[in-house]
Amino acid sequence: MTEPSLAELCIFACSQAFRGNGEIIATGVGPVPRLAAGLAKLTHSPELMMTDGEAYLVEQPVPIGPRAYDDRKAAGYLPFSRFFDAAVWTGRRHAMVTPTQLDRFGQINLSYMGGTYDKPKTQMLGVRGFPGNTIYHPNSFFFPAHSARVFVPQVDMISGVGYNPAKRVAGGNYSGVDLRLIVTNLCVMDFGGADNAIRVISLHPGVTFEEVQEATGFALEKGDLAETPLPTADQLEIIASLDPHNIRASVIRDNPPARRTA
Amino acid sequence: MNAPKTLDKLMSAAEIVAQLSDGMTIGIGGWGPRRKPMALVREILRSDLKDLTVVAYGGADVGMLCAAGKVRKLVFAFVSLDAIPLEPWFRKSREAGQLEVLELDEGMLQWGLKAAAFQLPFLPTRVGLGTDLAELGGLKTVQSPYADGETLIAMPALKLDAALLHVNRSDWRGNVHVFGPDVYYDEWFARAAAKTYVSCEELVDRMEDHYADDAQYNIVERAFISGVVEVPGGAHPSSMPPAYGWDMKAFKAWADAAKDPGDWQAVKDRFVGASEEAYLATFGGKEAVAALPLPIF
Repeated sequence: MTEPSLAELCIFACSQAFRGNGEIIATGVGPVPRLAAGLAKLTHSPELMMTDGEAYLVEQPVPIGPRAYDDRKAAGYLPFSRFFDAAVWTGRRHAMVTPTQLDRFGQINLSYMGGTYDKPKTQMLGVRGFPGNTIYHPNSFFFPAHSARVFVPQVDMISGVGYNPAKRVAGGNYSGVDLRLIVTNLCVMDFGGADNAIRVISLHPGVTFEEVQEATGFALEKGDLAETPLPTADQLEIIASLDPHNIRASVIRDNPPARRTA
Repeated sequence: MNAPKTLDKLMSAAEIVAQLSDGMTIGIGGWGPRRKPMALVREILRSDLKDLTVVAYGGADVGMLCAAGKVRKLVFAFVSLDAIPLEPWFRKSREAGQLEVLELDEGMLQWGLKAAAFQLPFLPTRVGLGTDLAELGGLKTVQSPYADGETLIAMPALKLDAALLHVNRSDWRGNVHVFGPDVYYDEWFARAAAKTYVSCEELVDRMEDHYADDAQYNIVERAFISGVVEVPGGAHPSSMPPAYGWDMKAFKAWADAAKDPGDWQAVKDRFVGASEEAYLATFGGKEAVAALPLPIF
């Protein structure tokens, strides 16, 4: 069998985040999370719901990249115009995204870095829907380049709710805050440490905990470390069918194999 | 309410912009690079209008108004051209400290429009708690008066002096039809505004005489529409499904121009033009716009 790429291993690892979620909207933003949601639906979790990336709900995940406009079979309808009513503010969604920064409390940033609110040094996207996503429904994260620039002690602008006790206004309802999985090019982490601390739970083949810690701007907890499993031939075939243009090869720098070569 | 003397709401784009004044709060419909009332935005860019507060799910509309120095304050959750994730002219204005901002979650923004539509001072929400939004934006909290006693953000009404929309069809009374897979929050921009002005791809005299079977596409009632102008291609370079897709080449040129020459006066002719006809001619005319393929997601 062909040696899986590290991106394919990450897609498989990300797909596990959507296991057993029930009939909710699985949103993967970016090639790896989107392929992961599709893989989850086509393997262990057919109950998942997802959109074509625009406004329609599809039962057959739509392949990424160029395709014919009508290459989608709508089974339902979920436009932006009712996204908050139906998916986000009802908690019936799990999103997997790639923010610019994430800190030790799981707080994320995609608004701006450096400077001030009135004059940011680097303007980014804006908070988009992340304040609502993170207080209402489960969220997971994928980072193609694990580094201390991404995993920072404290994000510059808190755009998504995490487990920081200092940011919890008394009387607020935070029962919907549910950060699940972080998959990177090095490892898989969760929020299962003390007081929801970030914990490494599996290392990709050939990666050490020390290497992960070195590339992280805060102290990580060490879980019962396993080796992140490789996708099977069947899973690789499904991934390829959802990504006919091999966009996944451009996600991680140099598109390395899942197993490091000496 | 006084009955209008006539239900004829037809105006020129210039007459619509003449209804606006300096310092107004203006909402712009559409979403990022999708179904933006760009012809009306370009008409603003041809005018002396200034010091605007702009409320939008932003795309090139916001970028252009920022580049031209028309915006005093921006109320936003993002400003993006999708394939070009960050609108570069907006970015320049922000990094130069030229804008006062109220940054909101996407859901909060439509919630604020709904509060305005319902003539309420605010609507409560959980969204914003646990982030920096409330503190940075000066948003206050309220406590539920019921047994739960929950603390919530009071999302203030986003009252608009005017809203601008681009729709597929309208008649002269403001009976509009909007197609495409998503209508975004256009109806709420209209209901949150004192006056709403629409440009349309197709103008008909009496909607019921032509398209009675399409009445479900009437996303907002004509009571909210104050002015109508026919501008085919009026969403260019944003998308207008099913009529045409976005013009990514034009967006790319617009984004590249932020770096070089990076100066509004130098690019204004090209991206605004002396008239709508002159503008469209730069991009191949109405026929070229109509031929733009619909985007694939």
